[in-house]
Amino acid sequence: MKIAVCIKQVPATESKIKPSSDGKEIDRTGLSYVVNPYDEFGVEEALRIKERLESSVTVVTMGTERAEEALRTCLALGADQAIHIKDDLLRGGDAYGVALVLTTALMKEHYDIIFFGKQAVDDDSGAVGIHVAELMGLPHVAVINKLDLKPEEGRALASRQIEGATEMVNIKLPAVFTCQKGLNEPRYASLPGIMKAKQKPLTTLTLADLGVDKDAVGAKGAKLVVDCIKAPRVRSTGNIIDKNPSESVEELVRLLRDEAKVL
Amino acid sequence: MIDFDLSEEQKCLQQMIRNFAKTEISPGAADRDEKMSFPHELIPKMAAMKLLGIAIPEKYGGAGLGAMETAIVLEEIGRVDGATALIVASHNALCTAHLYRFGTEAQRERYVVPLAKGEKLGAWALTEAGSGSDAAALQTTAVLDGDAWVINGSKLFTTQGATAGITVMMASTLPGGGAGGISAFVVEKGTPGLTVGKVENKLGVRASDTAALHFEDLRIPKANLIGACGEGFQDVLQILDGGRIGIGAMAVGLARGALEESIHYAKEREQFGHPIADFQAIQAKLSDMSSEIEAARLLVYRAALLKDHGDDFKLAASEAKLFASEMAMRATSQAIQIHGGVGYLKEAPVERYFRDAKICEIGEGTSEIQRRVIAKELLR
Repeated sequence: MKIAVCIKQVPATESKIKPSSDGKEIDRTGLSYVVNPYDEFGVEEALRIKERLESSVTVVTMGTERAEEALRTCLALGADQAIHIKDDLLRGGDAYGVALVLTTALMKEHYDIIFFGKQAVDDDSGAVGIHVAELMGLPHVAVINKLDLKPEEGRALASRQIEGATEMVNIKLPAVFTCQKGLNEPRYASLPGIMKAKQKPLTTLTLADLGVDKDAVGAKGAKLVVDCIKAPRVRSTGNIIDKNPSESVEELVRLLRDEAKVL
Repeated sequence: MIDFDLSEEQKCLQQMIRNFAKTEISPGAADRDEKMSFPHELIPKMAAMKLLGIAIPEKYGGAGLGAMETAIVLEEIGRVDGATALIVASHNALCTAHLYRFGTEAQRERYVVPLAKGEKLGAWALTEAGSGSDAAALQTTAVLDGDAWVINGSKLFTTQGATAGITVMMASTLPGGGAGGISAFVVEKGTPGLTVGKVENKLGVRASDTAALHFEDLRIPKANLIGACGEGFQDVLQILDGGRIGIGAMAVGLARGALEESIHYAKEREQFGHPIADFQAIQAKLSDMSSEIEAARLLVYRAALLKDHGDDFKLAASEAKLFASEMAMRATSQAIQIHGGVGYLKEAPVERYFRDAKICEIGEGTSEIQRRVIAKELLR
């Protein structure tokens, strides 16, 4: 099996996120980054397939210089090679632009299986994997929590949780899957795995290398534009009236009338 | 220019162990401490990551790394749990290191491989009722009888004494011969004549078992002698030098845990209408803790690098262990002070870090012995 796993580097899940000063982006100062947790399920599933069947696992990401760390992490876990698509012209793009770029890179090889996380935990759009399946003309099953391969038939049986039931989808390979929690329990990298990750091949590609029209992606090609990002309103702490019942009622009525002005 | 930066791989390793410690080790640490329950569930996970054979070559089932990576791992584990750090430290740096360093090829195959793969845990038994700091005064005897060594005596305070599958133990092959009559042996769990005695109820590192071992007419093959007969004490001293770097790293981890918890608490806790972090008395404590932690870590790294470069590291290891363990006592004590009444409760992790830190001043050579080692090197 030739397997590709598309990953995204995202701010660590415990980060405290604030909007940037221009309100168009998040403030990235002091953030630490991890591999998107849903993508980790894809990496783990690929590695488990590799342990059973002769396979190669390629991790692919589109991102800034820093995203190389995320690829190295996946190589440390056991992926065989990595592709890093990096270009300043990609800034400000939307999910469609990302999908277009990834599709071009993925089309350069024949992959039997392409994994994505079901969504990235930073922008939560959940669109890229499905866009890629569409652009590549491949079938997909989204939000899977179980995958049984039938390599001799060239098919797979994927399970997904739907309202009140489990849906089992029999799908022809090659196919795209987006991964949900429960699919597996991702491993930790072993110490030798980490030390060897540096020697594994990591290819860096630009838009020119891929032959992607620069006007179709990045801020220029974006079909949607983020207007602004706002921090959720800070909720004030509740007001506890701690008096005897009759005084409490009186106080409550007063507050509702004078302060909340709802009476 | 001295390079104080870790390599890219070491940083990645540090990040991964930090994540593992936080997700897998930290959640059950307080409960294991309270119940004195050994973290059996963590052993296969740590084995899969090769944390139980860090400095053993891959050929023998280890990770093929060195003292520096061992120190990084132990700091990160010590950051959340002193007991698990001690288990990993003693398994790696004492039992496994002793068998790898001084064992024959056959002993490496038979004992080092399962130890490094984490299939068996290792213990290292030196201390006895009448011999602690004066290790050479041990009374346990080993007598050659035909093709077997017959061992009689008792060991005290053996880390992993009750859980180990493989124990390296020191006995006198020349009674009355002092240091010159000491030899090391390897004993497997289940060998007739070996019984586990009292499992101690300790102040700290409570999830790591500390037990007495009794040897009563225990017969082991002649081939279970490690190294040369009568030269075990020299080997013991070298193994202890290596182990001390690990205890220093664990102490740095505990102190860092104390600092990080204190920073978090000081920002949240309000008194006189301000977070207590606004007060200079608290700020001074945090600053002192941080500066001392950084200093201790550099001492630990220096000792580890000297060891990895094959240089003499005896003095550096003792200095690192002495400073780091005493620093950890100061830092964890101040952490409780910053937390006030809350810090004195079992619910506060700093209470556990304080108790765990104390062992670093005692195990693998007390602070008094470290000062003796250091002075001896200085005055040579």
